[in-house]
Amino acid sequence: MSEHLIIYPIIVHLITAVLLLFFWMKPKIQRYISILGGGVGIVIAALLFQRVWSSGIQSIQLGNWEAPFGISMVADTLAVSLILLTNIVAFALAIYSTENMVSSRVKFGYYAIFHFLIMGLSGAFLTGDLFNLYVWFEVIIISSFVLLTIGGRKIQIEGAVKYFTLNMISSIIFLTGIAMVYGATGSLNMAELSRIIPEIENQGLIQTISLVFFIGFGVKSGVFPLYFWLPASYHTPPAAVSALFAGLLTKVGIYAMLRVFTLIFPLGEVNQIILMVIAGLTMFFGGIGALVQKDILRVFSYLIICHIGFMVGGLSLFTEVAIVGAVMYMFHDIIVKATLYMMGGVMFRIFGSTKLRNMGGLMDNYPRLSLLFAIPLFALVGIPPLSGFWPKVSLFSASYTAGEIAMLVMFIFASLITLVIIAKVWNKSFSKDAPKLERKSSFKYFEDFSFSEKAAYVVPIIILVGVTLYYSFFAEHFQLVAARIGEELMNTEHYYNAVFGIK
Amino acid sequence: MEILLAIMTGILYAAGIYLILRRSLVKLIIGIVILGNGVNLLIFLMGGLVKGRPPLIAEDGKMLEGIFADPVPQALILTAIVISFGLQSFAIVLIKRAYKVLKTDDIDTMNKTDDIK
Repeated sequence: MSEHLIIYPIIVHLITAVLLLFFWMKPKIQRYISILGGGVGIVIAALLFQRVWSSGIQSIQLGNWEAPFGISMVADTLAVSLILLTNIVAFALAIYSTENMVSSRVKFGYYAIFHFLIMGLSGAFLTGDLFNLYVWFEVIIISSFVLLTIGGRKIQIEGAVKYFTLNMISSIIFLTGIAMVYGATGSLNMAELSRIIPEIENQGLIQTISLVFFIGFGVKSGVFPLYFWLPASYHTPPAAVSALFAGLLTKVGIYAMLRVFTLIFPLGEVNQIILMVIAGLTMFFGGIGALVQKDILRVFSYLIICHIGFMVGGLSLFTEVAIVGAVMYMFHDIIVKATLYMMGGVMFRIFGSTKLRNMGGLMDNYPRLSLLFAIPLFALVGIPPLSGFWPKVSLFSASYTAGEIAMLVMFIFASLITLVIIAKVWNKSFSKDAPKLERKSSFKYFEDFSFSEKAAYVVPIIILVGVTLYYSFFAEHFQLVAARIGEELMNTEHYYNAVFGIK
Repeated sequence: MEILLAIMTGILYAAGIYLILRRSLVKLIIGIVILGNGVNLLIFLMGGLVKGRPPLIAEDGKMLEGIFADPVPQALILTAIVISFGLQSFAIVLIKRAYKVLKTDDIDTMNKTDDIK
């Protein structure tokens, strides 16, 4: 039984989702089940993390079909850390959704789909088979389509059309890549591919195929020329859904890149340059885009793009230190970006709008809330000792030692432009005087909330800010985990041996 | 036969991309459907074509002998077809809804989400 622990993170959310379907029209019970499911998810993820940490990479062959023939599930340190973070964010969001999601939306099956999405994420992190990864990606995107359109407001539908089209095209490109890999190698098991690929004579072909994957994952993670769907759709759904997407969906693209470009197609020199240029442009255009936006949620959308550049940049340098930096940045980004959108939801309730010009006076009217909100904002900039600072140390030093000064300059540029943007957000929403706006009569403002409603909004933010603070002051724990991930990613024999049961 | 399928795959990709670039929502969805079929054909082609040799083990045999058709691509295609069927049905409901709410099927006029105001 105990070796099945690897697939429990998937099963927990599957069971929760199916259970929720039985309480279709009972939003109140659904809320409790969802929070319970999220809690159990954290416990299971922590157990799995502890197992992998103490006894190395775990693997299981589904249906007992031996390794290259069946589907392998592999839990290495990268996968389990991401699953743990995913479950923490999911738990916080389950609490956040209790007030953020009105009952009519819950009755459309919000919670069930939410847990199906988390299930898909866990599956994508755990799978050791390329085609299976595609299937989990489809589970993720079809759940995200439903979450994006739930409620069906005009702007949501319009955002969903864009989101849907680009994600479908990305899946098709990913599948094209899979077909090509299968044609070239005759295998789809990631561990086996890591052994077959280096022996193929025509390495030019392999590097080209790997770029097909890069385009597929690039759309999902929102790199430079492929990101336009992201700022067009992420601000349209309710804050809980945006937070989920912002924290986790783009990162699953980065995860797939990290996995594919270390294990299956180690980056060649040309691909390294291509990735570097794209990472630089992503940071540039994401930063510039965020600078001109006037809606706080759209500012955050562009910041997501800007910071994707850090992770792609870290991968493109392709040294162990750089990968450690990229992985650490990913951990920080998952938590902070989810917090930002949750904050956006609270600000929407306070001001009745997400436009920056309608905001102001947050610091005078809500001093304690402002202090809470300041932490993720400053962590995003990377003010030491907050969490954004630590991965940047690794990334800066890796790009300097690799002699890639242009990359270093782009990293610094992205950090500075983030500072400018956060300063702007701070000025407009926190320290500027509150504008005199008419109160909307049919709108429930934050100040009218009862204590429990306020708590449902603020407690999840406190949980995630707590994680950020833990990351900030005990960064050496995250550094240890990331160092081990870097070691595992750069030396693929660990992964291979775990899948094929070689001791 | 391979060359014919290769050309067919190319035509499907080209037609799919052309339709995606059109301004009409309906053509967009048809483009995605055609592109999806192109991928399925590509997977089929990549598995290698073997004529008249199904991967069946003879009643008295223990394993497959000689050259036989690769069953994996067919399993992959089957999965991909089922998934794309689900997504396409969602897409059709979505564009119907989009047409009802936005009162247009011209993609160029759908720029409300990109306003900077």
